[in-house]
Amino acid sequence: MHGLVNRSIQCFVRDTYGTGCWNRVAAVLDLGPDGFETMFSYDDAVTQRLMDEVVRVLDKPHDMVLEDVGTYLVSHPNTESIRRLLRFGGETFADFLHSLEDLPDRARLAVPELRLPCLDLVEESEGRFALHVENLHPGFAFVLVGVLRAMADDYGALALLDQRMAPDGRYVVDISLLDSAFAEGRRFTLARPVGPAKEAAE
Amino acid sequence: MSGQGGTEAVCSSTCCGGVPGFGVAALNRLMPMHLTVAANGRILRVGPTLQKLRLGSRLEGMQLFDLFELRRPKGLCHVRDLIETDSGQVSLAFRNGVRGNFKGVAAALPCGHGVLINLSFGISVVDAVQAYDLTLGDFAGTDLAVEMLYLVEAKSAALQESKKLNLRLQGAKVAAEEQAFTDTLTGLKNLRAMDHVLGRLIADGTPFGVMHVDLDFFKEVNDTYGHAAGDLVLQNVARVLVSETRAVDTVARVGGDEFVLIIRDQIDLQKLGNIAMRIIARLEEPVPYNGVYCRISGSIGLTTSIARGRSGQARILKDADLALYASKDAGRGRYTVFTPDLERARRSPDI
Repeated sequence: MHGLVNRSIQCFVRDTYGTGCWNRVAAVLDLGPDGFETMFSYDDAVTQRLMDEVVRVLDKPHDMVLEDVGTYLVSHPNTESIRRLLRFGGETFADFLHSLEDLPDRARLAVPELRLPCLDLVEESEGRFALHVENLHPGFAFVLVGVLRAMADDYGALALLDQRMAPDGRYVVDISLLDSAFAEGRRFTLARPVGPAKEAAE
Repeated sequence: MSGQGGTEAVCSSTCCGGVPGFGVAALNRLMPMHLTVAANGRILRVGPTLQKLRLGSRLEGMQLFDLFELRRPKGLCHVRDLIETDSGQVSLAFRNGVRGNFKGVAAALPCGHGVLINLSFGISVVDAVQAYDLTLGDFAGTDLAVEMLYLVEAKSAALQESKKLNLRLQGAKVAAEEQAFTDTLTGLKNLRAMDHVLGRLIADGTPFGVMHVDLDFFKEVNDTYGHAAGDLVLQNVARVLVSETRAVDTVARVGGDEFVLIIRDQIDLQKLGNIAMRIIARLEEPVPYNGVYCRISGSIGLTTSIARGRSGQARILKDADLALYASKDAGRGRYTVFTPDLERARRSPDI
């Protein structure tokens, strides 16, 4: 697994539940003081053990932890760069949903070794979408649901999300876009905000 | 707006700055940074993104070359000349306000009614979005500007991570070097390791002999034959010192051409002296280097852990050092055993 994935889980635990909580996980996994390196590659078994331990320490269901990781990646100030990169997908939440099909290619542009599952978006009727997720890592669909929830908020859209297993074994996220301008949403400019102070104030 | 049929309709629409066959909305969608310019240089129409760059002033009706400086092709002063070049490529820059170059392509409008120029930011797009607060909707759907901005931002995020990793690795390397016990050139123990060993032996009360070895004429070898020769000699010295001692003993390089030997469980001055003589004899064997022979010798100061009863690490090393200088003073290539006399002689040197 790419180090970015392990690092994301590490930062999620640290930023959401505190350094002490992460240190407990790190101690069990026998990790160094810095934890995971973003630019390294780790054995999948390491990621598996990491998730098992996080689930145990947080005492939450596995799928819910992954969904929270997804929400964290979009909404936490420390991961603002990820939120910004996702917002490049389009001006509206619907545009963003359509841009998800490009997500694996975009991710590869940024980090050539990062392999994300293929995503297929089907617009079933006006405002109703089905997002089919390639079965690459079993946990990815749950992270994606968290990302989608947080991105809907980011755009100020009101959307209902549901997930199911399709007959072909792929996960499907059903998205009902009820109101694309439900709330103000967070500001996004193509230009990068200057200085961290402004970012924190947003 | 757009002419739909015959030549006359096309021409009349062109006079208003339109492009035949295209409605304004279609043109703005395809080329939000276009402008049409009449043959006399008057700007007839500008796309919405281009107008957004100069919110305070109405660009339609201005003279093209009042608004823009033509950077390439140089020396043209007539709008019609723009389309004379093979590719129609132009490079423009605003005369006032925020600078920044535009890349553009010019094409003739029908019936000599002027030119259509489509502009883009080119590489300056990163600065442009900053300066003009542009959004995704300001770019044509086919424009790769947004992909480029994405890439710039993604790459700088990735680079940031790489930098952090490099800093951590650099820190780890420095820490590892500080903790290292080995002299990289000779493979012997270093000063740190020697301190460590001495400290432990003294704490355990293990008796030991100490030799402080300083090479003679080493500087001459270095100066005459170069550092490569010097390094070779040092490596040979290391081999000699290791082969003349046992595995339980410690051989450390503590300076450029200084070595300390700790001979464990050996405080017999006679036996230590024999070792010292053997070492000196072997150091004096010439070392071949590139067809010449490098010749050095060694001076040794010798003491033991019990020379003064129990004494500390610094004291023992100082005594060995005093004995070494006595060897040097007496003509080098020899060993001297520390005695308290040496200390007294040092304290009140002969005048």
